Amino acid sequence: MDDAYFLLKAKGICKAFPGVKALNNVEFELKPGEIHCLMGENGAGKSTLIKVLTGVDPLDAGDIFLDGKAIAPKSPHHAQQLGISTVYQEVNLCANLSVAENIFIGREPLRFGSIDWKEMNRRSQELLAKLSLGIDVTQPLERYSVAIQQMVAIARALDISAKVLILDEPTSSLDAQEVEKLFGLMRKLKKQGLGIIFVTHFIEQVYAVSDKITILRNGELVGSYETVNLPRVQLIAKMIGKAFDGFESSCKTLKLDILQESRNNFLRVRGLGHKGSIHPFDLDISKGEVLGLVGLLGSGRTEVARTIFGIDKADSGEIAIEGQTVTIQNPADAIQHGLAYCSENRKTEGIIENLSVRENIILALQAKVGWMKYIPKKRQDEISKKYIELLNIKTAGPEQLIKNLSGGNQQKVILARWLLTEPKLLILDEPTRGIDVGAKVEIQKLILSLAETGMSVVFISSELDESVRCSSRMAVLRDRVKIAEISGDEMEEKYIMQTIAGV
Amino acid sequence: MKKMQLSYKYINLMITVVLFFALFAAGSVLYNGFFSTQVLLNMLIDNAFLIITAIGMTFVLIIGGIDISVGSVIALVCMLSAYLLEIQHLSAIIVIPLMLLMGFLFGLVQGSFIHFFTIQPFIVTLAGMFLARGLCYVISIDTIMITNPFYQFVATYRIPLPFGNFISISVIIALVLVLAALYLSNYTKFGRAVYAIGGNAQSAMLMGLPVGRTKVLVYGLSGFCSALSGVVFSFYMLSGYGLHAMGLEMDAIASAVIGGTPLTGGVGFVTGTLFGVLIQGVIQTLIMFQGTLSSWWTKIAVAFLLCLFIVLQRIVVFRKERTKSIS
Repeated sequence: MDDAYFLLKAKGICKAFPGVKALNNVEFELKPGEIHCLMGENGAGKSTLIKVLTGVDPLDAGDIFLDGKAIAPKSPHHAQQLGISTVYQEVNLCANLSVAENIFIGREPLRFGSIDWKEMNRRSQELLAKLSLGIDVTQPLERYSVAIQQMVAIARALDISAKVLILDEPTSSLDAQEVEKLFGLMRKLKKQGLGIIFVTHFIEQVYAVSDKITILRNGELVGSYETVNLPRVQLIAKMIGKAFDGFESSCKTLKLDILQESRNNFLRVRGLGHKGSIHPFDLDISKGEVLGLVGLLGSGRTEVARTIFGIDKADSGEIAIEGQTVTIQNPADAIQHGLAYCSENRKTEGIIENLSVRENIILALQAKVGWMKYIPKKRQDEISKKYIELLNIKTAGPEQLIKNLSGGNQQKVILARWLLTEPKLLILDEPTRGIDVGAKVEIQKLILSLAETGMSVVFISSELDESVRCSSRMAVLRDRVKIAEISGDEMEEKYIMQTIAGV
Repeated sequence: MKKMQLSYKYINLMITVVLFFALFAAGSVLYNGFFSTQVLLNMLIDNAFLIITAIGMTFVLIIGGIDISVGSVIALVCMLSAYLLEIQHLSAIIVIPLMLLMGFLFGLVQGSFIHFFTIQPFIVTLAGMFLARGLCYVISIDTIMITNPFYQFVATYRIPLPFGNFISISVIIALVLVLAALYLSNYTKFGRAVYAIGGNAQSAMLMGLPVGRTKVLVYGLSGFCSALSGVVFSFYMLSGYGLHAMGLEMDAIASAVIGGTPLTGGVGFVTGTLFGVLIQGVIQTLIMFQGTLSSWWTKIAVAFLLCLFIVLQRIVVFRKERTKSIS
């Protein structure tokens, strides 16, 4: 009987957004006194599930039960009243107000109809003391670190309700000590019989604190497991959606050719880091080499690329290109040194939807020659035609608007744009995301043939098989640290997954 | 240490208060007859309507919005009051509440547009500004003088104070509103919600605050204040005219900013706004006593002040960011 009792139970949850099925028939069960991890890669549906549970978004189908009673949260406020409180990844408090106000706003203690500040401050102090936090509650919240703000958010959540506490990636901006403090608090609350849903990207933390793990992938439930019974490798495999065994190695012929090329070092990075996004790392990239960056989403792959390219200004370390130490302060510097970066957000950072294919291709070249210099229309046409042919871009012509192209072809246009600047190092961040299989293969081929011409490529992909197929060497990242380099025979999926999982 | 930190937020307010007294002291040294309670009181008498408008504006700015319709609403209230009193011969007891209600509703409608259609407040209140100003001319192209005995009485009545000083009824109205606004902003749920929404509307929503209702009500409050200001202005001018209170919205915004309320929302002080108005009053008075300068020099002085305060606000923010990154 005891086993069958659930504090929170969600059954057959479905939620669709225009064009996407965000959640499909998802089940979720939470017991009192349980820390339950919700795992899955970005876009797996974790956030959507939480939004549905807390009434931010209405659900399309399914039932939610709290303490055995069916509930239908209409707003975050309503969910709070029912007993489900959420602490979001971004601290959702008002930094301009005092700590005490942030805990009590919306339900301030009143005295003769006006706010009783004394009472409010006293109760806040008491509440925070319970969390062993002795700060001045009359000070504005913005004066305190993110960790303390996070604690204040938890204090608020606890004071409102004490049944279910949802922590949505609360640790992403905390350091190790602060995380430990938070975990201590979570264990304490667990003992009091609270059910805690904990969302995180950090595998270590999952095993440090959780009792149970529920995994989502592409909006579908993969399964719920006791943490002790689920080895890390299994967890990763289930998140990524690849079975371990029986995975035949893909064709490597083209790649081996490249491997035999002479090893002229092109880029040498030593101790490069950006506080808060990536720990200092070393990296060497040779001419004509495809270096794969692998790791889970949020492990720091993109951050490595952004730091090298100068989007996030490095606060430590140095970069040398062809033996010369260079300073890269911003992307313009990086472009001058022959680097190119295709961002992972094709829609928001890559293409300009309402411009034609030609205009989109010319952009980077225009940036290189200077904005004031006019590139004759005839030359623009020549260039765009050449690249449309070269990359096999399927378009009605150079004047077609890029938004009318398929995802794969849009990606090729962006590639063309960067190739036009004749980069020596091309960084591709998820170049194949969201495009169909055929187009993927074409882009992979293209990458390899570019490497053959002597161009160095940094290749970032969430799909391991693709990384294995394309890269000649791999750097593995976990929790924003570069933890290993893999090359040669070690480059097969099982070993890589184990490295990512850290076993 | 803590005391020092505390002062950051109040730095503009403090500078404004200090500057006000410094300017007053300077005037007292330079000009005979400047140093008197009555000169001080006259600043209140001459600027009562601006104080009232600026208080409403302060709330709008704290919530992160703007309301540029207030000057026109004042003109419309003057015009409509004059029309109803003089041509329709309605009683002042009917006209005044009617005007206040109209202002409140005008604000609510603007607020609803801003909130429900998520239109920038600048555009909505710009439309409101044109509408109110235009309606004035529908009523009359010429000035309508107000001869209503009640209005005449209020306009000329001097409330005697000790030592032969006096104030007008408008000053009492303005000061009562200041006190009410102080209470509203510091001791009511509505007031604190205004600060919270100005600080971070998304967070405020997630914390379960009634964001929409508060937003709409703030514009309603601003509309009410400008209507009240319009009533006071009609006491002061005893006429309705389409060109009344031209550009007053900008004076109100300037007063709030000088008083330490930035346009970015989340921060603001009713007391600051009062001193923001008074500082403009003291400059006017200085120029009056000086005698040779045109009154437009007030605008130039205010321009310099605004510039000074905006730069100061940036410096405060920079310093705050620096201390943050160190700690």
